Amino acid sequence: MNLPPVDRRQFLTRGAAWTAAVTLAPGVLLYDMARARPAGEPASSAVRWGMLVDVSQCDSGCDACVQACNREQALGTPTRPTDPQWMRKVQLEQNATGRKVSLPMMCQHCAQPPCVDVCPTGASFKRADGIVLVDKHRCIGCRYCMMACPYKARSFVHAPVEDHSGATPRGQGTVESCTLCVHRVDQGEQPACVQACAKEGRQALLFGDLNDPQSEISQRMRALNAISLRPDLNLDPGVSYAGL
Amino acid sequence: MSQSATSFSRIEARYFFLLLLLGLLVVMGGLWAAYQMESQGHILSGMNNQIVWGLPHVFAIFMIVSASGVLNVASVGSVFGRKIYKARGPLSGLLSLGLLAGGLTVLMLDLGRPDRVIVAATTYNVTSVFAWNVLLYSGLFATVGLYLWTMMDKTMGAWSRPAGILVFCWRFILTTGTGLIFAFLVARQAYASALLPPLFIVMSLAWGLAIFLIVQTAMYRWNLQELNPLILKRLKNLLGIFIVTLLYLMVAYHLTNVYFARQVDFERFILRDGGILTFLFWGGYVGLGSAVPLLLIFLPGLGQGRHMWIASLFVLTGALSLLYVFIIGGQAYPLQIFPGYHVYSSFADGQINSYNPSSYEWMLGVGGMGVAFLVTLLGVRVLNFLPYDDPHYPLESN
Repeated sequence: MNLPPVDRRQFLTRGAAWTAAVTLAPGVLLYDMARARPAGEPASSAVRWGMLVDVSQCDSGCDACVQACNREQALGTPTRPTDPQWMRKVQLEQNATGRKVSLPMMCQHCAQPPCVDVCPTGASFKRADGIVLVDKHRCIGCRYCMMACPYKARSFVHAPVEDHSGATPRGQGTVESCTLCVHRVDQGEQPACVQACAKEGRQALLFGDLNDPQSEISQRMRALNAISLRPDLNLDPGVSYAGL
Repeated sequence: MSQSATSFSRIEARYFFLLLLLGLLVVMGGLWAAYQMESQGHILSGMNNQIVWGLPHVFAIFMIVSASGVLNVASVGSVFGRKIYKARGPLSGLLSLGLLAGGLTVLMLDLGRPDRVIVAATTYNVTSVFAWNVLLYSGLFATVGLYLWTMMDKTMGAWSRPAGILVFCWRFILTTGTGLIFAFLVARQAYASALLPPLFIVMSLAWGLAIFLIVQTAMYRWNLQELNPLILKRLKNLLGIFIVTLLYLMVAYHLTNVYFARQVDFERFILRDGGILTFLFWGGYVGLGSAVPLLLIFLPGLGQGRHMWIASLFVLTGALSLLYVFIIGGQAYPLQIFPGYHVYSSFADGQINSYNPSSYEWMLGVGGMGVAFLVTLLGVRVLNFLPYDDPHYPLESN
């Protein structure tokens, strides 16, 4: 078998990453389980879940986060403009400098979400912990939220859903978007994309509590001068980007 | 009203049944298309995750906006007490109900889950302008129904003016609400403008009057009646003023956009590089929809009955063109999430989005027009809606 050549530096880096993963994983698991919210207890506004995207750590050729999302929610591989994409990789080239970067886009879980404002039935809603969701039983499929979202984060289910093995209920004729893997978060786990990014040995995605100034995400946001997309709209997104 | 005037309102039987059959066929086609989209999904439409509102919305908004506009004639009659307009009040009310029914049918059947329309009727999100409009649309049905009652039942005549004023206020709020659907969309460059509600009001005035003129002409012709040229003159001047006012607001809308550096590329797309959208804007709206009707109305020697009829048809061609450009064009232009960057993704970021309406969408949209047509046809047949002008009434004093 022809393996790609690995230099000494790469070997040591990957070895260290794997060792750290194997050593820390059980501890992280126990810690996460201890943080899990008991069943029946409502989401609390004491926390605000958010995500930091460190663009400098994101590789343009890597879409592990997107694939993890598609697997987790059983979205399949999008091939048509009608296929849903809860998460996508965007390639950017700065007009002035030619600098190229790549980053994942998904629902930005705004504190002032336009999708929630415009939804006629209240199907689009924001949980107390900041996660923006769609109530699939209330959504009438008017798509006004898709018109209102400045980040193009939402998809409409154009065809019958055949694979129901995903973590989130899905239905034809309704709108859907990134749930921040709320099913995992409520179990004290990390979203699938964040986990997949870490598994690739990258640190491009970090999930955590924005309300806690001492949380790792808050500290890294400060250290890296993270910004939100379309700050002019003043929507206070829960997802921030560093290195843009 | 004399007996002979009553009989004028009855469309001749063979025409009536032919038109009824035609209307029913069109409506059945629309319902079939909606059923197919309901069972197989919007995959049958030309819409996608970038163009989420397509041709059915163009038809629906056209009818809803016009439903408010056809009430012009009733409003001028009842609110401002002009007798020649008052005689046209019932027809204008009926057309309003028909157009509203048609528009709402399309809007409802284009939902992803039309079976859940009861959710929309019972669960309101107070911050949603869509939810406000659910109330405004049902309110228009109620107020126009009440207004028709006061106009057609002699014993209720005293209430006609208050009911007319109520309808007058309601329709302005309703069209404002329809404009706000777009004006509240902060993210999209085509929308998010306080100019849109007044723009929609002027659209409604022009398009509603054009529809009224077409229907009135057809009714008079079927009844072998000739419309008094003085009445026609008033209505034609009114239509001309509305067309010019709409043009003025469109110039203001595009000119302010061109002045803002961040909007220049969007304007370039709509006005110059947008392919079919640009063609529809200049050829459909500006040319056929505005310039040609203005010539037909105001050129010396023109402005007669048939010119007005053709001018009104052109105004409606312009209306559908303009709404297509406004609704599809506003979505076709990519969202500016990363200003200063060239952007590419699997989800069409940074790209002009394309849209080709499918036959299902055409059938649904035209089916909605069929609903409006059937309501009008049946109303005119069953009740007395032909405007009756007192031949002894001195028109000049009005």
